[in-house]
Amino acid sequence: MKKALIAMSGGVDSSVAAYLMKQSEYDCIGVTMKLFHNEDIGIEYKKTCCSLNDVEDAKSVAFRLGMSHYTFNFTNHFAEKVIQPFISAYESGRTPNPCIDCNRYLKFDALYHRAEILECEKIATGHYARIVNGNGRFILKKAVDLSKDQSYVLYAMTQEQLAHTVFPCGELEKSEIRKIAEKQGFFNADKPDSQDICFVPDGNYSAFIEQYSGKKYPVGNFIDRNGTVLGQHKGIIHYTIGQRKGLGISARNPLYVCGIDILDNAVILGESRELLSCDLNAVDFNWIAFDTPPEKFRAKAKIRYHHEEQWAEINVIGEKNVHIRFDEPQRAITKGQAVVLYDGEIVLGGGIIN
Amino acid sequence: MKIYADNAATTKMSKTAVNAMIPYFDEVYGNPSSLHTSGQKAAEALYNARESISIILNCHPREITFTSGGSEADNQAIVSAAKIGERKGKKHIISTAFEHHAVLHTLQKLENQGFEVELLDVGEFGLVTAEQIKNAIREDTCLVTVMYANNEIGSVQPIAEIGAVCHEKGVLFHTDAVQAAGHLAIDVQAQNIDMLSLSAHKFHGPKGIGVLYARKGIVLSNIIEGGAQERGKRAGTENIPAIMGMAAALEEANEHINENTAKLIKLRDRLIEGFSEISHSILNGDREKRLPSNVHFCFEGIEGESLLLLLDAKGICASSGSACTSGSLDPSHVLLSIGRVHEIAHGSLRLSLDENTTENEVEYIIQSVREVVEYLRKMSPLWHDKISGRKNFILK
Repeated sequence: MKKALIAMSGGVDSSVAAYLMKQSEYDCIGVTMKLFHNEDIGIEYKKTCCSLNDVEDAKSVAFRLGMSHYTFNFTNHFAEKVIQPFISAYESGRTPNPCIDCNRYLKFDALYHRAEILECEKIATGHYARIVNGNGRFILKKAVDLSKDQSYVLYAMTQEQLAHTVFPCGELEKSEIRKIAEKQGFFNADKPDSQDICFVPDGNYSAFIEQYSGKKYPVGNFIDRNGTVLGQHKGIIHYTIGQRKGLGISARNPLYVCGIDILDNAVILGESRELLSCDLNAVDFNWIAFDTPPEKFRAKAKIRYHHEEQWAEINVIGEKNVHIRFDEPQRAITKGQAVVLYDGEIVLGGGIIN
Repeated sequence: MKIYADNAATTKMSKTAVNAMIPYFDEVYGNPSSLHTSGQKAAEALYNARESISIILNCHPREITFTSGGSEADNQAIVSAAKIGERKGKKHIISTAFEHHAVLHTLQKLENQGFEVELLDVGEFGLVTAEQIKNAIREDTCLVTVMYANNEIGSVQPIAEIGAVCHEKGVLFHTDAVQAAGHLAIDVQAQNIDMLSLSAHKFHGPKGIGVLYARKGIVLSNIIEGGAQERGKRAGTENIPAIMGMAAALEEANEHINENTAKLIKLRDRLIEGFSEISHSILNGDREKRLPSNVHFCFEGIEGESLLLLLDAKGICASSGSACTSGSLDPSHVLLSIGRVHEIAHGSLRLSLDENTTENEVEYIIQSVREVVEYLRKMSPLWHDKISGRKNFILK
């Protein structure tokens, strides 16, 4: 029997993914990744050494399905590959998406390697996306349930990873997933979807960065495009492009964060229209649909998780660099976020906005 | 082949211990505190168990308190000694960096309450010396607590010498003997031990039962409040079946302690010899002063979790140190305390044998560990970096 490793977070999606894999022809092993210690991220230290209830939830589902379950300690990997880069990005005025790094370096690298060691042919996760084998290339597509589609955070997957990955939830609507969970009696059937960054559960990422790094970020000036000082900011890590709330500046028209100047420790504010632009450069590009992409083509591009992709002209500059010019100006193109290119429901590739 | 080599985590109950328990479930089931005959019979059994354990430890039966296990005994011993010290204005406690969490977390709690806790260094072989203790003892020291034998790396501490130093200085001495009881000869008088914790399931007895020995005159503070059981120091109706199982198991283990030790040392040393032939590996804990059943190694370039999974697939139940409740493995504080760096600490393997382990099993374990280590190294990008010289080896 072919073996599959199921990445189980303790949530409803990966639980149903485990169930669906178990129904198919695979001998399944459930695995939960321990990514951080609660006390490291500022949650009160509890007497148990692994106080993540999610591990218990995942285990109970695995046992219910008659699968063995292991917890893998990836706290070192996670700190090195996800949390540290997350902090460095904010320190250099960018806005990172840690879920992309987690998929890239944890689920589809460290965990993938464990699957190899255990001679598992496939690794399955609860992601909403689809993988199809089309003419010798593995193609990543959006999920059937577009409102849940997570293809954006998976753009960095390689052909080898795609060949050995299954996304059972990608073929179903979220409502169907919940129905399966209820029918199977998974106690987590109505557990809410996770929303925030898992290691910043309260959403207060600047407090997290200060606590984790032990640094204080110096206050500095809010300035406008001409360099006029408008007020004082609390430290650049508190700001992200397009932000309006929490600036504490009164002006005739509402002001937004339009840029972060790390050299001068300044945050540049401007009116809404100043956030609009058509052009971006992306680096570290990964192509999924092409071995070698055409030099120039048209596609739709998505610049953040909740952005609806827009038509653009794509210019491939080097092996990993791409210039993108949107037909219409886009609001708050943000350094550090990913840009992902689509042809309909197919993911062509993606990279990091520079 | 199925081989259980995780006896430091828990043991299989012996037939003797199981049989000793059975009558106390549905024949002699009275409450020892009751006045009637049925209760009297239970009280008598309880007395006999207490006496038999006290003879083995060389103490008075009244100095034995039954607890739910080693952790509870550790908690109660330390908290009691701290209270006694506090009344005299003594709030300094000496221990070691590699104690069990039942000790370390209790000490942490006391630290939050204003006690000063000094954790002594255990050196590269996991040993603390009586000299270190002597130098650390101050006027205001109320307790020295040092484990008898380490649960991960198996190093056995100079308990009698430490006891002598403590007595000379008039400081209470507690030892967590969870890994030692039933495996090493203990004599609380000769070794100058004031308080000692043990747990039945580490010597083929039942889980959920243990002993706190406390020398006469030491006033214990209650952790569990309620009835007057255990001279009012540990409330709750006594778990008679478990106590009977524990007493029988300890008697049996003690009877065979010399032959078991001789047999285990042979098997242990063969394992150490076999693993030493694996390149870039290191034995943890002292070579001589170690538990007869314990073998603990680090192998460079592999992850302990993968090693355990693949050994499990070959039928070998092993451990990488101490596992936490989720089954995930953190780099152990014990390995860090003897100076292993994180990368090396992650690649650890603990095998803990018992007297039923055979020479064939030991050979199979050696063969399997060699194969699995080789396989994992072949698959490890880190190992390839080391082989090709892009990264340096840490172990010889």
